[in-house]
Amino acid sequence: MSTPKIRIRGLSKAFGSKVVLDGIDLDVETGTSMVIIGGSGSGKSVLLRCILGLIQPDAGTIEIDGENVLTASRTRQEELRRQIGMLFQNAALFDSMSVADNIAFGLRAKHLPTAGPKPSMAKARELAGNILQQVGLDASVGLLSPSELSGGMQKRVGLARAIAGQPNILFFDEPTTGLDPIMGAVIDGLIVDCVQKLGSTAIAITHDMASAQRIGNRAAMLYHGQLVWQGLASELMNSGNAMVDQFTHGRREGPIGMELRK
Amino acid sequence: MNAVLDPIAALGRAFLGLVKEAGALALFALEALSHLVRPPFYWRVFLSSLVEIGFFSLPVVALTALFAGGVIALQSYVGFGQYHVQSAIAGIVVLSVTRELGPVLAGLMVAGRVGAAMSAQIGTMRVTDQIDALTTLSTNPMKYLVTPRLLAGALALPFLVLVADILGVFGGFTVSVAKLGFSPSGYINATLSSLKTIDVTVGLVKAAVFGFLIALLGCYHGYNSRGGAEGVGAATTAAVVAASILLLTFDYLLTDLFFSQ
Repeated sequence: MSTPKIRIRGLSKAFGSKVVLDGIDLDVETGTSMVIIGGSGSGKSVLLRCILGLIQPDAGTIEIDGENVLTASRTRQEELRRQIGMLFQNAALFDSMSVADNIAFGLRAKHLPTAGPKPSMAKARELAGNILQQVGLDASVGLLSPSELSGGMQKRVGLARAIAGQPNILFFDEPTTGLDPIMGAVIDGLIVDCVQKLGSTAIAITHDMASAQRIGNRAAMLYHGQLVWQGLASELMNSGNAMVDQFTHGRREGPIGMELRK
Repeated sequence: MNAVLDPIAALGRAFLGLVKEAGALALFALEALSHLVRPPFYWRVFLSSLVEIGFFSLPVVALTALFAGGVIALQSYVGFGQYHVQSAIAGIVVLSVTRELGPVLAGLMVAGRVGAAMSAQIGTMRVTDQIDALTTLSTNPMKYLVTPRLLAGALALPFLVLVADILGVFGGFTVSVAKLGFSPSGYINATLSSLKTIDVTVGLVKAAVFGFLIALLGCYHGYNSRGGAEGVGAATTAAVVAASILLLTFDYLLTDLFFSQ
């Protein structure tokens, strides 16, 4: 069996006395889209942030292409993480720059020295127009500032910025939260297109079941800092796992509700 | 027993908090400075900060210096008039403006204007994940956001203080000639004979230190802000207050260093 693109072993993180991740083991094979579901505060975001290097885990290993990121040298860490593109929940566009400059920034920042000279700002802005079209926006949107865009358009621009550097790995943090169902489906469609076109490995965290099934081919459920279930995304609605069933069907009664009432 | 110990414990906690904060600030400054010698350097951010601090602060700094120079002339005329040493007014104006009022007033104005803006901008970037987004785009946020601003602060403020020096003396000149009836040439001669290179130089050195401190406090509080709009507001207040206090503290220390012997 080939080395998984991302392999996580025994990953733990606590903030003070609150344990957020409690010995996570997770493999994401190259080219798969993994969807991680779980309630608010179950540690989904923290897991992504640990892989991205935004949060330092307390214990465990994170391997990308079989190499432990956490013990690698600083330069090597940056190299390994350079292949990750991230779409934040609120898009996190730079509001001091125009839309085109945001995408051009992503393009230039992720540029590999081995891929020839870095494109000039003017050239990068030109390329940004093409990338905007890939996410279904007109190139003229590039002239606007992020604050002039609706939530759905911001997400699309965020996606454009994330894919500008043609990353091998893509992370999505609740890509459809705060969008209407149709716009949610549009964003999911774009995500699937981009992941397929780039041949990327993806991890998406969400609690939108429709979105989870559209984006993912694999799925896992995080609960109290532990992965309680892993399987195919198509099995999400009838997994046979009591916790997953309760979560995906949104039932008040079940193992999760009982825990909360204790 | 607790009634006795509690205030002491609280004092200890406050002191430890202060020490911790000072240490964190020093580490923050050192990390930012270390990026000066590690490429790349973000020239675009540096130049826009330089223009923001140096050019757009000109009106407030100019007006402040102009009136401060005028007030010094007026006050010393009223105060010293009875001793018949009116000729000393030009000297008093040039000395106080170049040594103290130029750097301190320009510093305080820039702290209010630029320190607050930096803190609010970087703080908003922090609470809206833009700083994390920089990291995910393979860009070190300290190198991109903080280092260019610190350098811009340290370089722009001496320029502003030079302008404040000139306009402060001009303010004193205008009041003395137009209101107090001094001869223009006499005032200029008296100014030139009291003008010392060391005073101006030390004023500019102070300005560079102040500019660095203002940018440092603005960036530090913005960078570490937490908790949405309220956190950003608190960070902005803290940045301006801390910068103003540190500025006056360093003003005393630098004055002591250069002029006490």
